[in-house]
Amino acid sequence: MLYQLEGSQAVARAVALCRPDVVCAYPISPQTHIIEALGALVKSDQLDAEFINADSEFSALSVSIGASAVGARAYTATASQGLLFMMEAVYNAAGLGLPIVMTLANRAIGAPINIWNDHSDAMSVRDSGWVQLFAETNQEAVDLHFLAFALAEELSVPVMVCVDGFILTHSIERVDLPEPEVVDALLPPFLPRQSLDPNDPVSIGAMVGPEAFTEVRYLAQVRLHQALDVIPRLGERHRSLLGRHAAQLIDGYELDDADVVVIAMGSVLGTIKDVVDDMRAEGHRIGALSITCFRPFPAAAVREALSRATRLVVVEKAFSIGYGGILSTDISLALRGLSTPIHEVIAGLGGRPVWADSLRGVFSDALAGTLVETTFLDLDRSLVDAELARMAATRRSGPPAENVLRDLADVGRSA
Amino acid sequence: MSIERTPVRFYQVGSFAVGNRLVEVERRSAQSDPGRANSLTSGHRACAGCGEALGARYALDAAMRASHHQLVAVNATGCLEVFSTPYPETSWRLPWLHSLFGNAAAVATGVAAGLRATGRGHVRVVAQGGDGGTADIGLGPLSGMFERNDDVLYICYDNEAYMNTGVQRSGTTPGAARTATTESVGEHPGNRFGQGKDLPRIAMAHEIPYVATATVADLFDLESKVERAMEIHGARYLHILVPCPLGWGSVSSDTVRLARLAHQTGLFPVFEARYGEVTSITPIRRPEPVESYLRLQKRFAHLFNREGEVADRATVALIQSHASHNITRYGLLGDSDD
Repeated sequence: MLYQLEGSQAVARAVALCRPDVVCAYPISPQTHIIEALGALVKSDQLDAEFINADSEFSALSVSIGASAVGARAYTATASQGLLFMMEAVYNAAGLGLPIVMTLANRAIGAPINIWNDHSDAMSVRDSGWVQLFAETNQEAVDLHFLAFALAEELSVPVMVCVDGFILTHSIERVDLPEPEVVDALLPPFLPRQSLDPNDPVSIGAMVGPEAFTEVRYLAQVRLHQALDVIPRLGERHRSLLGRHAAQLIDGYELDDADVVVIAMGSVLGTIKDVVDDMRAEGHRIGALSITCFRPFPAAAVREALSRATRLVVVEKAFSIGYGGILSTDISLALRGLSTPIHEVIAGLGGRPVWADSLRGVFSDALAGTLVETTFLDLDRSLVDAELARMAATRRSGPPAENVLRDLADVGRSA
Repeated sequence: MSIERTPVRFYQVGSFAVGNRLVEVERRSAQSDPGRANSLTSGHRACAGCGEALGARYALDAAMRASHHQLVAVNATGCLEVFSTPYPETSWRLPWLHSLFGNAAAVATGVAAGLRATGRGHVRVVAQGGDGGTADIGLGPLSGMFERNDDVLYICYDNEAYMNTGVQRSGTTPGAARTATTESVGEHPGNRFGQGKDLPRIAMAHEIPYVATATVADLFDLESKVERAMEIHGARYLHILVPCPLGWGSVSSDTVRLARLAHQTGLFPVFEARYGEVTSITPIRRPEPVESYLRLQKRFAHLFNREGEVADRATVALIQSHASHNITRYGLLGDSDD
């Protein structure tokens, strides 16, 4: 059925359709509307689940771990600092192989504190053993949650659905929510691989030393890689049952004859595709590639999709401070042996709008072969230079974030 | 595969110790029951004389009996977790989950919620951790579990330092005690005297249905407190003093003696509380000065001279004043209302 829904409401209803047994979370912007909506569904008996208000994100995921370990379908949601605060449990859930599903309302990480969208939070846990899926639209955010629970429970791995904070979570779009029977058909009842049961007691979480730790980790790698086969299979099933385009590992757009391909994750693809359309209309051979499944990284599919491109532009909403683009590093590894130039464009940090005009400038430079290796999109060079000059001139130059803000307000810039 | 329950074979004869087979059947301890669960069975890697291993077996066997073996245990990281599950072995004969150091209370909340949500609400949940996992790194999740009144019995095995990592100071380490991070050197050797972190009273401040303290010196008392706790639903807290020969520098055979002395000196008050109010105390029958407790432990050796006489009178007097304060506060020299 079609609705006009805020992204968070849509995600909450999608999660409810998945019939979680235990929902536990701690509030953090921009995730709050999701858990508020789920709380209301439970309180009004529209969702039969245990809803637990946790004392922290660390506890929220820990509660999910306990629930999942007794064979209950467990769900939580967080963002940014919350994800970092639960970091130890993030790794633990994956190490224990518990099929928890978590929505990550992507948000920047402080300091400086910033509640707006980028992908720094998701990138910080990319090595933890969770499947990471990125939604491009609210409809995709909804559909990916159906996929997430099915995938998690089939492989016994935790799955994180990354939904751009505010851009998706707080925007109202048309969303098609399936009938409960359809979701039930997509998602069979949870049959855990491991469960704490007094009638069949097992120990879970024992210490493993050097004699077997490598093997346990190898198995985790094998299991996560199985998602690369399972996701397309589940995607096909979702396509037939939902009657619409369903998630894939990657999604190409105007790739067939594209010389320049723009690669990105999440909602920014919407703007990128608009720019691609405009430039195509002018005769430029440009296309886009959306990475829906970031972990496990679908290297073979990416390599195949990019095999005939002559130049790649990776637009990323995070970067590894001290090195550079993270997605672009993964792309370059996937293209090992090929000499396709890869440009990284760091964009949309801390909620900075990614303007179509700015992207168009970068893509035009790429087509002309004049794009530099690394671009910080719409960087205010004068602000940066002023602070660099201040730091060079004065030992006690003060807190850089506050200095930059003051300069931006043009207070004391002449001082 | 379910666990085969073979009856326990007792070897000692005519003893009032663990067996208690000289008293009438209904008054015997769970430990003396040949059908006891042996929740933490033999073969684990605890040190000789480990108070925590003793306390955990007593507590869990009593909880198993009270729950008709429908019990799940959640364990914080620590000695108990490490010595019980060296890969690929486990000493646990009940469903057991170890997640992290500081999250046992929250994981247990999740276990209870998951069981309830899947129609197995009759299965009971115990969380257990050491003093570090409870008083320090796990206090936030523990407080959350208390505040929500989640249906979990949390058991803290308090040996008053981080023994698993090599005897470092924790929030429950007493003043003057030597640990690896409060060495017995300098003008004020051992741990500095702070305000203390009195976990049972922190639990009581949450006004949860049941809080109790116990030691491994009084098996009947410990078991009966576990049984009482299991009769109640909601958040329950049991704090068990478990001497640690390694960390305390005591003789392995003194574990029970030290636990008893901790009670008799007043340093470790043994009591029960309901909804934040003390409802019973275990009176001190034979009061002892704190020296007799301190003298048996190398962690307090700097308070004594080579002849075993008190050398640091001021510090011992300060410790005695803490014990006396407990005696007054809980009325430990009065009659028991048991």
